[in-house]
Order: sequence, then structure tokens, then C-alpha cells
Amino acid sequence: MTSQLFFQYLFAGITYGSIYAIVAIGFNIIYNTTGIINFAQGEFVMLGGMIAISLHAMLPLPLAIGLAVIITMVIGALIEIIFIRWLQNPSVLRMIIITIGLSILIREAALHLWGEGVRSLPYFNGNEISTIRILDTNISPQVLWVIAVCAIIVALLSLFFRFTSLGQEMRACAANRLAATLCGISTKNMVTFSFMLSAGIGALAGCVVSPITYTQYDGGTPLAIKGFTVAVLGGLGNSMAAVMAGLLLGIIESFSVSVVPLAFQDAISIALLLTILFVRPHGLFGSKEAAGLKEF
Amino acid sequence: MKRFFLSTVTLLALWAMATFFAMPTAAQAKTIKVGAILAETGGASFLGGPEARTVRMLVDKINAAGGVNGDTIELIVKDSASTPEKAISFAKQLIEEEKVLAILGPSTSGETMAIKQLCEDSKTILLSCAAAEVIVNPVAKYVFKTPQKDSDAVKKIYMAMQQMGIAKIAVLADNTGFGKAGKEQLEAIAPEFKIQIVAAEVYDKAATDLSAVIAKIKANQDVQAVVNWSIVPAQAILAKNIRQADWNVPIFQSHGFGNIKYVEAAGVAAEGIIFPAGRLLVADTLPADHPQKSVLIQYRDEYEATFKETASTFGGHGYDAIMILVNAMKTAKSNDSEKVRVAIENMKGFVGTGGIFNFSPTDHNGLDIDSFAMLTVKDGKFALYTK
Amino acid sequence: MKARGYLPILMLALVLAGVEQLTSWTSTVYFLTQMTMTTYYALLVIGLCLVMGYAGQISLGHAGFFAIGGYTSAVLTTFDLTPLLARGNGAVSLLSAAGLLVSRDNLYGETLLSVNPWLACVTAIILTIVIAFFIGIPVLKLKGHYLAMATLGFGIIIYRVALATEIFGEADGISDVPGFPLLPGVIVSGDFSNRVQNYYIACVLLLIGFALLQNLIDSRVGRALRAIHGSEEAANAMGVDTARYKLYTFVLSAVYAAIAGIFLTHYNGGIGPSEAGIMKSVRYVAIVAIGGMANLWGALVMAGLLNFLSLRGMFGSYDDAVFGVILIVIMLFAPQGLLRLQLWHLFKKSPRDS
Repeated sequence: MTSQLFFQYLFAGITYGSIYAIVAIGFNIIYNTTGIINFAQGEFVMLGGMIAISLHAMLPLPLAIGLAVIITMVIGALIEIIFIRWLQNPSVLRMIIITIGLSILIREAALHLWGEGVRSLPYFNGNEISTIRILDTNISPQVLWVIAVCAIIVALLSLFFRFTSLGQEMRACAANRLAATLCGISTKNMVTFSFMLSAGIGALAGCVVSPITYTQYDGGTPLAIKGFTVAVLGGLGNSMAAVMAGLLLGIIESFSVSVVPLAFQDAISIALLLTILFVRPHGLFGSKEAAGLKEF
Repeated sequence: MKRFFLSTVTLLALWAMATFFAMPTAAQAKTIKVGAILAETGGASFLGGPEARTVRMLVDKINAAGGVNGDTIELIVKDSASTPEKAISFAKQLIEEEKVLAILGPSTSGETMAIKQLCEDSKTILLSCAAAEVIVNPVAKYVFKTPQKDSDAVKKIYMAMQQMGIAKIAVLADNTGFGKAGKEQLEAIAPEFKIQIVAAEVYDKAATDLSAVIAKIKANQDVQAVVNWSIVPAQAILAKNIRQADWNVPIFQSHGFGNIKYVEAAGVAAEGIIFPAGRLLVADTLPADHPQKSVLIQYRDEYEATFKETASTFGGHGYDAIMILVNAMKTAKSNDSEKVRVAIENMKGFVGTGGIFNFSPTDHNGLDIDSFAMLTVKDGKFALYTK
Repeated sequence: MKARGYLPILMLALVLAGVEQLTSWTSTVYFLTQMTMTTYYALLVIGLCLVMGYAGQISLGHAGFFAIGGYTSAVLTTFDLTPLLARGNGAVSLLSAAGLLVSRDNLYGETLLSVNPWLACVTAIILTIVIAFFIGIPVLKLKGHYLAMATLGFGIIIYRVALATEIFGEADGISDVPGFPLLPGVIVSGDFSNRVQNYYIACVLLLIGFALLQNLIDSRVGRALRAIHGSEEAANAMGVDTARYKLYTFVLSAVYAAIAGIFLTHYNGGIGPSEAGIMKSVRYVAIVAIGGMANLWGALVMAGLLNFLSLRGMFGSYDDAVFGVILIVIMLFAPQGLLRLQLWHLFKKSPRDS
């Protein structure tokens, strides 16, 4: 393999990986405060993209994206308030099924609202064929946008969780809900807030990846599956680990193209993941104790 | 608890009986039932959606104009969600309960093959909107299809390649039935044109980025052109990824590219893509005496006025299916399935959106290679390809 | 199980037969087509109910087992062995000599030689058991979301393999699968003339499957499973071999799924990759949940209702949307399942009646 081809694969892998990672972070935020996996996370990504595209028809791009993120955050909050907030000690399985139901519902609503056609936002810089040459290979400027947004989100999140009181309260919820309640933290509000946050991050991700992957009503589910995979692989609840796992999966997938037929790519990457899960059932970067605390 | 149980069971039983008896079964006088099994949702919705909309629009129009032979058509559209098991269930329903004269669709070849035998056994005319050649080859008495032959599309592409002096190509296909059938034909016909396939890959229909596989193919120095056979949005992604890799290889696509939305999605990367397609996309640029011109422009304008979206060749397959049926019913002056079937089989020179149909007992597609024109993308619009 | 434990199953048999009678009185026999399909799906769902509701293990990959059964049987009964036999392939000659091959004519008058459906069926079941065993051992060690992920991953792999392998017909799936002659004159096939017969075949299969599960749940195994569901650690401490019980129920439910797959494939005359899809697995899990998890009757009724309406195309292009709404509404307002009826407790007067 020439070094040029090597770097081309590497960059392709980083592209996939950062998309997966950005979705996985959304999973982790909700998982941390509620202990549930929100299977509608992929739909937030799709909604963000779709709303931004519709708004872009009348607004400049940054404004359209900003507004789309806010609208999706409101939708996220509404979903939590309407469907989740008032449940008394729901079981994890019940929550999984409710979020699966929501995912189906949002997808079908999008189908009837926007139709089955494919749409996309314009490239933030340049156009469909512009490339930047790095290390003798070509990479789309949009990929740099995805990576940058991913990095900024991770950095901001860690600052947010560490230094703001809201972030600390959310972490307290994640550590021990009962204790957090006793300290006067409204766990219910924290859950609503985590839905908003993760919807917002999903929507932003949807906007940034839209020029690359396009946005279609049923584009959320495949992304959610990959994002879930990455979140589990990294160890649930750990956003930094999700980024690492995402990049790892992306790079494995792109390099696997050189040896196995593309048609089996997904099967190979999933099989590899299963093997990792069997050896390290608590994820690649997760700790065994933490996994032991959070179960069904 | 027990009372609750009993009342629930009673309610359920009542509900079941209600659904059984409430089904409207009494056929109204002077209506002909025509079924349609189309993938309005699911993986093939970009085929089934336009097809279903077209068929509904046309049936409304025909009925408003007094129907066929004085009878009105009752159209029953079933959404198969692109799954064979639903297609089978719906086909049985349409055949047995509704006793339809004909079934339009399904949209994909897998679903069509799943119900081919059913239609044949029950003597129900099937006008498939799927492209694969196995549907009509070997010929089954009651099964027809409206999209052009894959093999003709392949030949058109190979002819253009020969003109350009291309001999070694890479083949990419999506993992839908459309991609599968196209890839088979590309491989089968290549020797005839002395073309060598030096790389072949199949990607997922939901693929969101193909830069890795493009890097792999680009590294193969032999590749002189890339042929992509697909109906999914990945067609646009592929074009983008090739150009992003700074690779100026000629890109050929299949007739699945006949949807302006893909051109819009690919933007400048779509420029110069060469592909065979029906003439619907370039109706305006056809010479005034072209036999298809008026049909194409009329369909396109009606569709675009009704649904506020650009017409695609996929909707055209739906147009051809219903219009061939209606035309045969008029010729046969009857609603008898055998007579209508014979009328379709003997139909010559029928002008549809896909081309001029000339059916025969051995050809249940009726289109020849001239039904394709080679198109290209120029300034974000489809244009006739001229070399 | 005491004799009166069979009473509800007898009632179920009567209801199923009554439905058939009702359709023949009202000349709406065509309803049986979708009912037969529904019945097979219900067989899968009650098997999944055992794993989820009683052993407490989520499986997001059950459509995979359905596909393994269906595809294996379909490939073996459609793959034309004539050229192999002519070339003197040893294995094929042996099968031929043992009378395990059957020949038939297809739609175009060609004669095909393929494996006897019985042999295909047995092969498919054995294959399913082997795969379920090897998947089950490591997967069932996982818990919670990790278990969900692992089973989902298994389902995706099966789906991808079906979609990418030429012998499985790739996206087109396999069509022209012949009927499955169970006994002389009794054949599993989709012919309109065999419809009533096929409805009863499906019903008998479902009743046997149901009775078997019912029996299992009321036995020592069932008590062990409930103990696992309550607390695996406690069950372990009490001397229940939890790993073994979990694995056995997993394999058993996989076999249920495979049998449903085999029979439905012969009934439909084909199978496509959509049967292995993730949405299918999700649907099955959701139906078990709507039915009330540890509630075979609930699972059965909900599977029957939802699949029947969906296969009839009642909801048009809103099929998935309606399903999503039902899912949410039931999980929000009746998380114990719509039918909170633990029927057997009525007849057994169990203290667990709630």
C-alpha cells in the first residue's frame, strides 16, 4: 500500500469516525443523566439537517443552522416533557421501547412532511469538488468542519460538565440520582436539560454532515445504530471514549475496504465489535465497575 | 379480574367480527378494479413514491374523462414498503378479494419475482415497474414490464465507451435489486464489446460516504472509466467523492440517475456524467417531429403542476404501466383479462414515456435499445450527450 | 402442568377453528391468507416472549434466526443439483441414492432437482441450533445495553450476509420456493386451493408451540427462569445454573423463530432480505413488550392483531407510523401490556395473581 493510499484511507476513516462519534456523544449525554439509551438520537440528527435545509431557503446558512439547532432542542425538550418526565420510575426496557417508538414516529412524520427525496445543505466552504491537499492526499473542507465541530463539542462539554454549576448538577445526577435529589437538585429538570443538550448536539451534527452524507427522512436510523455501536464500544457514558471508539471504527471500516468486498464491510466491522464486547464486556475504554453500577 | 377478562374477550371478538363484516365487498356496477403494489415507503420509496403519485393522477384524469369503454377504473394502491412478504400478501388480497384485472408494480425486482408465479397461476396481468430482465426473460404469459432493458442500457454505455476508446473499467453497484441486475448485465455483456472489468464493488444502499472505496479504485492504474449502477442517493455521493479525490475519470451512471434531485445533490460534481435514460428528461430539446415529444411534455407538465416537484423517469414507468393497460382495454373493448392480455401482447407502436413499445408473445417488455438516449449533465441540467 | 392447564389452549384451538368457520360462512375465506402468515409470526413472537419475558434477556436479533431458517430451507429446496449430479459429485449422488432429492418442474417447464424439503427443514433447524448455541454462549454473558447491542449486531450481520451473498439472491431474495409436503396430501404452500389446510397447519404448529412453552414455564425450568429475571445473583446463589438456563431458552426461542421462517418461506414461496432486517427484530421485541413481557397470551394476541392488520395493508403508507403510536401509547399508559391478563392464573388460582 502506498503512503498516499494509506493516508487516503486514513482520512476516509476519520470522516466516518467523526460522524459516528458526534452521534455517539448525543447518546452518552442522555445515558449519563437518565441511564437510558435514546434510540431517537439519530432522528435528532436527521431533523437538524432537514430543518436547516428548509430554513436555508430563506435565511443565510449560519442563521439557518443556529435556528435549526434551537428548534430541535425545543423538540427534544418537548419530547422529554410529554413522553418521559411524568413517568414514575420507568424500567429501562420501557424507556428503550418508548424511544424506539418515538424514532419511528419522527421518521414517518418527516417522510410525510418532507417527502422521500434527498436534500442537502451547501458546503460551508467551497463546493462539491473542492479539496484541500494534505499529505499528498485530498480531503474535502467539509470533513475538516466535521472534525472541528466534533472537537469543539467535546471540549465545550467537558468544560461545561466541570466548571458550570448546571454541568456539575447533571454530573451529580449521573453519579447518584437519589443523592442529587437530596442535595436539592431537580433531577427532572436535569433530564429535560440533557434531552435538550443532546438534541442540540445531534442537530448540529446533522447540519455539519449534511453536505457529505445528504439528509433523507430515513437517514437517522443507520446513523443511530452506528452511534449506539460506538457509544457501547467506547464504554457507555464516556464522551471522550466515544470519540476514540468512533475514530477507531471509522478507520477500521475504511481500511477493511482494501481487503474485503465493500458489501461485507458492515458485517466485518460489527463482527469485530462483537468480539471486542465478548472480551471486554464493559467497552473498550469503560471501566468494569462503572458498567457494573448501571444495568437493567 | 375474571369479569375484566371476559369482557375483554367479548370486546375483542366483537371487534374481530366487525372488521370481518364491515369490509366492503360489494362491487359497484361498471367499475373495473386495478391494483397497484408500489413501494411508497421503505427502501425503494424514491421509485414507488413517484410511481404511485403518477398512477393516482392518471386514473383520476381518465375517470374524469369518462373512463375506459364507459367504465370507471377503481384503483387500489397498496404500499408494500419494499418488502416481498407484504407484496405477496397484497398480491393475494388483490387477486382474490378484489379480483383485479391487473396489478401495476411492484417497484423492485425482488418483489416482482416473488409474485410472478402468483399472477401467472391466477391469470392476473402484472405490469411490473421494476427493471431487472429476469422478470420477462424467460417470458411468463401474464407478466410484463415497462422500464427499459438493463442489457440495452449496458450496451448503450459500452458503445459510448468504445467511441471514447475506453477498454478497462471499474464497476460499482448498490446492493438493491436494481444494482444487482445491472452489475450482472455489465459483467455478461462486457466481452461482447471487448471491455474488461478490472474492479467491481457493491456498496450499501444507505451508504453515506464512499471515499475509501474510491481511493481503492483510484489506486488501480488500469481503470479508464467508472460505471456506477444504482438508484439510491449514493450515486451523487459517488460522483462527489471521485471529484474530491481530484480524479478526472469519466463517470458513467445507469438510468437510475434520471432524477434531477441527484444532480442537484451532487452539484458541480455531476457535470459531465454520462448515462442512458428515457427521453423524458430532455423532452424540451427533442426535435418537434419526435413521436414521444408531445406525450413526454404533457406528462411532465401535468405531474409537475399537480405535485410541485420535478418529474422523474421512475414516475414514467408508472405512466407506461397504466397507459398500456388502458390502451389494451380500449383495443380489446373488453375487461376480460385474457382478451386484455392478448391486446397487450399484440400492441405495436404504443408511445410511452420509456419509449415506443412493440410487444410480442416473446417480448413482454416491448422496448428496444433506441428507447434509450445517452444523456449528460451540463450546467446542472440534463442534456443530450453528443460526441 | 395439570390437566386443566390445557383448558385455555383448548379454548384457543376452538377460537382458531371458529375463525375459519366464520370466514367460510361469510365467504371471506381469503382472510385466512394473512391469518396464516400472522400465525407464523406469532410463533416467533411467543418464542421471543420466553427469552424476554421469562428469562429477562432482550434480543434485538430474532429476525436473524427467522432468516437463517427461511433462507437455509429456501436455498436447499431451490438450488438445482442436476449439473452437480451429472458431474458425479459424490455427496449429491449419495443424497440421490438415499432418495433425499426431489425433482419438479418450474414455471418455464425446466426440470429442477433439489433437496427434499424435509431434509432442508431439518438442516435449517440444526444450523439454527448450532448458531444460536455459539452466539448465545458469549452474548448471554452480557447485560443491559451491551446485550442489546450484541444481539442487534448479530441481526445486522445476518442481514448483511443475506444481502451480500449471491446464493441468497442478494437484494432480490429467493423466489420460486416449492411447497413443503408434510404428509401425503398435506402441503405447506401458498396455493389458493390449499389455503384452509395451510391455515390449520399453521394453527396446529402454533398450538403445539404454545402448549410446549406453557408447560415449560410452569415447570422447574420456568421457576428457575423467573428467579433469573428477578435477580440473577440470587438465583445463582440458590444453586440455579443461570447460564445454562439462559442459553437453553435462547436456543429454544431461536428454533421457534427458525421454524416460523421455514414454514412461512414455503408458504410464501420465497423470502427476501427484509425478513432479516433490524426493523423486523425491533417489531418483534415491541410486540412482546406491548403484550406485557412475561405474558404469552398477551404476546400471542398482540402479534396476531398487529401483524394481521399490517399484512392486510390497513394502514397504507402509515403502517410504521401507526405501529410507533401504538408502541408509545401502550408503553406510556399500560406498561404491563394492553392485556394485563395472566390467564393461566385464573385457572390455577395462583397467589401471584395481581
